[in-house]
Amino acid sequence: MISAKDFLKYLSAGTLFGFVLMKSEVVSWFRIQEMFRFDSFHMYGIIGLAIFVGLISVQIIKRKNVKDLEGNIITIPPKDPKQVTRYIVGGSMFGLGWALLGACPGPMFALLGSGITIIIVPILAALAGTWTYGALRTKLPH
Amino acid sequence: MFDLLTQPWPWYIAGPIVGLTVPMLLIMGGKMFGISENLRHACAACNIGNVEFFNYDWKKNGAWNLTFLIGVVFGGFLGGYIFANPEPIQLAASTINDLRELGITDFTGFVPAELFTWEVLGSGTGLIVLVLGGFLVGFGARYAGGCTSGHAISGLSDLQLASLIAVIGFFIGGLLMTWFIYPIIL
Repeated sequence: MISAKDFLKYLSAGTLFGFVLMKSEVVSWFRIQEMFRFDSFHMYGIIGLAIFVGLISVQIIKRKNVKDLEGNIITIPPKDPKQVTRYIVGGSMFGLGWALLGACPGPMFALLGSGITIIIVPILAALAGTWTYGALRTKLPH
Repeated sequence: MFDLLTQPWPWYIAGPIVGLTVPMLLIMGGKMFGISENLRHACAACNIGNVEFFNYDWKKNGAWNLTFLIGVVFGGFLGGYIFANPEPIQLAASTINDLRELGITDFTGFVPAELFTWEVLGSGTGLIVLVLGGFLVGFGARYAGGCTSGHAISGLSDLQLASLIAVIGFFIGGLLMTWFIYPIIL
C-alpha cells in the first residue's frame, strides 16, 4: 500500500503543515470570521504569501523540468476552466460551509489532533457531503 | 526554544511554510497538495452503495495523501496540545465586538464554546453550524474539485483560471454567510 519510506515522508510533510496551521491560528473559527469581515490582514497575509512562494516554486519546477525523488519529471495536470458552473456553484457552497463552520478540511483535522473532539461531527458531515456529491454528480450541472 | 514553539507565528513566517508544502509534495513524489481529496478516498474505502465516483483504487491513488492527513492530525496535536499557546488569540477589536453582539462570549480557545461542545449538538444552532457547515464543506469541495489547499494554494500557484473562479466562489459563499446568514442563525 505504501512503503515505510513514503509513509515517513508524507507523514512529516503533513505534520509540518498541521503544526503551522495551529501556530498561525488558521484553524481558528475566530480568524475565519475576522477574515470575512476584512478586519485583519492576518489570513490574507498567510494565503497571499503561501501562493507567492508556491507560484515561484511551481514555475521553477516547470521551467527546469525538475524530477521528483523517484526520478520522474514532475507534471501538473491542468484544470478545465470551461466548467464555470461547478467552480462558482460548488465554490460558493464550500464558502458558505467554510464561514459557517469556521474551518476548511485541513484545519478540521488539525483541530481534531489538538483535542477538540466535537470536530468529529463536522468531519462525518463532510464525508456525508462528499458521498452525496458522488451520488448526485451525474445529475448536477458542471 | 519552547517559547518559539508555544508562541503564535506571524503571517510572514506561516505563509511561506504553507506555500512550501506545494513544491515539497511535488518533489517528494510528484503529488499535488489538496486535503479534501482525502474525504473522497475515505468514501472510496467504504464505498457504500457502489457509487461510480468512488470506484477507483484509493490505496494506489490516496495512500500518500491519507498519510499526509494523519500527519496533519499529529501536527495539530503537537501545535495545539503539546505546544499550545496559553494566551487567547489577538483578534481585531471590531471582530470581537461584532461577535459579542451575536452572543459569543468565550474568546479563549480556537473555537467558541457556544458552538463547539457536545452539549450544543442538542440545540438547533449547534446542529446547523457543525452538521450543515461540515456537509457544505464536503459537498462544495468535491463539486468545486478542491478546497482551500487544492484551489487557493495549489491551483493559484499553478496559475489555473479554474482555481481563480473557485476561489471567487469561496468568497461569494463566505461573505454571504458572514454578513447575511450568520446574523440570522446566531
